[in-house]
Amino acid sequence: MAYTDEDIQIMESIIKRYPRPRSAIMPLLHYVQSKAGYVTNEGIEVIAKVLQLEAAEVTAVSTFYTQYKPTPVGEYHVGVCTNTLCAVMGGDAIFASLKDHLGIGNDEVTADGKVSLEHIECNAACDYAPVVMANWEFYDNQTVESAKDLVDSMRAGNPKPPTRGPNKLVTWKEASAVLAGLNDGLAHEGVQAGEPTLLGLKLSKEGK
Amino acid sequence: MTKLAPVLSAHWDEKDSFTLEGYKRHGGYTASAKALAMDPDAVIQLVKDSGLRGRGGAGFPTGMKWGFIPQGDNKDHYLVVNADESEPGTCKDTPLLMANPHVLIEGCIIACHAIRAKHAFIYIRGEVTHVVRRVNQAITDAYAAGILGNGVDVVLHIGAGAYICGEETALLDSLEGFRGQPRLRPPFPAIAGLYARPTVVNNVESISSVPAIVNNGADWYQSMGTEKSKGTTLYSLSGHVVNPGQFEAPLGITLREILDLAGGVRPGHKLKFWTPGGSSTPLFTEAHLDTPLDYEGVAAAGSMLGTKALQIFDETTCVVRAVLRWTEFYKHESCGKCTPCREGTWWLVQILRDLEAGKGTEADLAKLLDLCDNIMGRSFCALGDGATSPITSSIKYFRDEYIAHLTQGGCPFDPVASTLFAGAGA
Repeated sequence: MAYTDEDIQIMESIIKRYPRPRSAIMPLLHYVQSKAGYVTNEGIEVIAKVLQLEAAEVTAVSTFYTQYKPTPVGEYHVGVCTNTLCAVMGGDAIFASLKDHLGIGNDEVTADGKVSLEHIECNAACDYAPVVMANWEFYDNQTVESAKDLVDSMRAGNPKPPTRGPNKLVTWKEASAVLAGLNDGLAHEGVQAGEPTLLGLKLSKEGK
Repeated sequence: MTKLAPVLSAHWDEKDSFTLEGYKRHGGYTASAKALAMDPDAVIQLVKDSGLRGRGGAGFPTGMKWGFIPQGDNKDHYLVVNADESEPGTCKDTPLLMANPHVLIEGCIIACHAIRAKHAFIYIRGEVTHVVRRVNQAITDAYAAGILGNGVDVVLHIGAGAYICGEETALLDSLEGFRGQPRLRPPFPAIAGLYARPTVVNNVESISSVPAIVNNGADWYQSMGTEKSKGTTLYSLSGHVVNPGQFEAPLGITLREILDLAGGVRPGHKLKFWTPGGSSTPLFTEAHLDTPLDYEGVAAAGSMLGTKALQIFDETTCVVRAVLRWTEFYKHESCGKCTPCREGTWWLVQILRDLEAGKGTEADLAKLLDLCDNIMGRSFCALGDGATSPITSSIKYFRDEYIAHLTQGGCPFDPVASTLFAGAGA
């Protein structure tokens, strides 16, 4: 794909957020993923050009961070938390069943390009364990069955909405644009908090 | 019985708590107006007097950290907020930012005034799309309302999946556009931080605690908590409990009290081990149910308060499996800069895998402890130190369970029994 003048303008506006241009590497890499779906060589070259760096310097940064993907992921990238707490409470069983159900392994994509799978580390939602993420949106309190239903809904082109997130699951590319700091106008959608988040407050109001 | 004390979480149950309107309904942005009318040094003194200590894990006094920033040096100063919440078990800043991002922005305005900074950066982990939206929208709304842009600019910076960037100097390297690897200290960030300028790096919860302190006073904050651990804080309870969740309470509450509020360990089961502050803090057992959860109490009992991430595991959980998984995490997240951590975490994983599979020998336990001894304190940052915590503490309390893997030639536990779907009494 070619980067248009408009793309370059957006990239310039990202650079202007910072006192020093190089700080913009990370949002620019997220932006490249929003255009190409992963970090392409072309994307690396464009970033190097706008930041006046060597391509190798941009690659060195890109390869350090696991969210920057060297190969294409699915339209819906599913992460199953298999860090200790989620793993013990069901994450290991969920991850094993999804691999079996989709016929793919860790870091692989279904043949239709719809779903990719990754085992992820703690995603800061332990009071909602076991946790599954899709395009880095929260799917709380999952079971083997609910996780299978979720990926089935993705393959059918009508993904179930996140538990704490917008009304509709956005695509991988759309989510990547949000992570580049671009505002998609969906912040007001979804709950302000789930039940576990509010438990202490509720008990306090009951005099505890 | 310690009573809960919601301050940060006081209005999270209102549907629009994350909006500017929702925040202003309860006095939002009155504290920053008050602080901006004060002398910056007086703001620092107020925070010092409140006794507020860093909520990111280390517990360093926040006001003292602010006071380290040199004044009259004609250099740019920076505030950097660490929202890279990634320590296993830790889940407080993420719901805070989803429910009320404006309290952090107001805290940034006050802190910038105090340390004479014009720029604040919020470094948020990249794996929380909707939290990014909420914070980004809050910043946009604060600019539109003229709250930001008149002396203080706030920039949202989004990470890309690297636990190490929660370490403050790795975070700064990452924010400067490099691989996120820790720096040797000194110089500390207060002298040479972001772009080698004086920089304060604070946790989300620390900065978010400041507006209430400005509005209610240091004495009010001092009136909560224990002798050296003042104020309220978010305790995050997760795992094998009836009702997991966030509990905001004065520092010094005990796990027994929090478990009572949460309905206890799941029916038919009993507590086996738990972390007081994330996986990098040495494990506790039933013997520590009455340990005051403040900085001093937890340290005196041999662990660390950390992020107050209380992960509860019942008797169905294999401690060797739990520790191996955490160790695999540290191995994966080691940035590779320092040899003891980079090589050591790989060795730890290999030995633990053998032990879990029942293939090791008892001598491997001594080897594990020896490796931990050679990792501890020998790297630029504390990631490697954290990796040793679950290993040394689990061998201390559950040596017999390691041995049982060897005598039985494998894991004696059924992993199904520890899942949520196993049901009560499974």
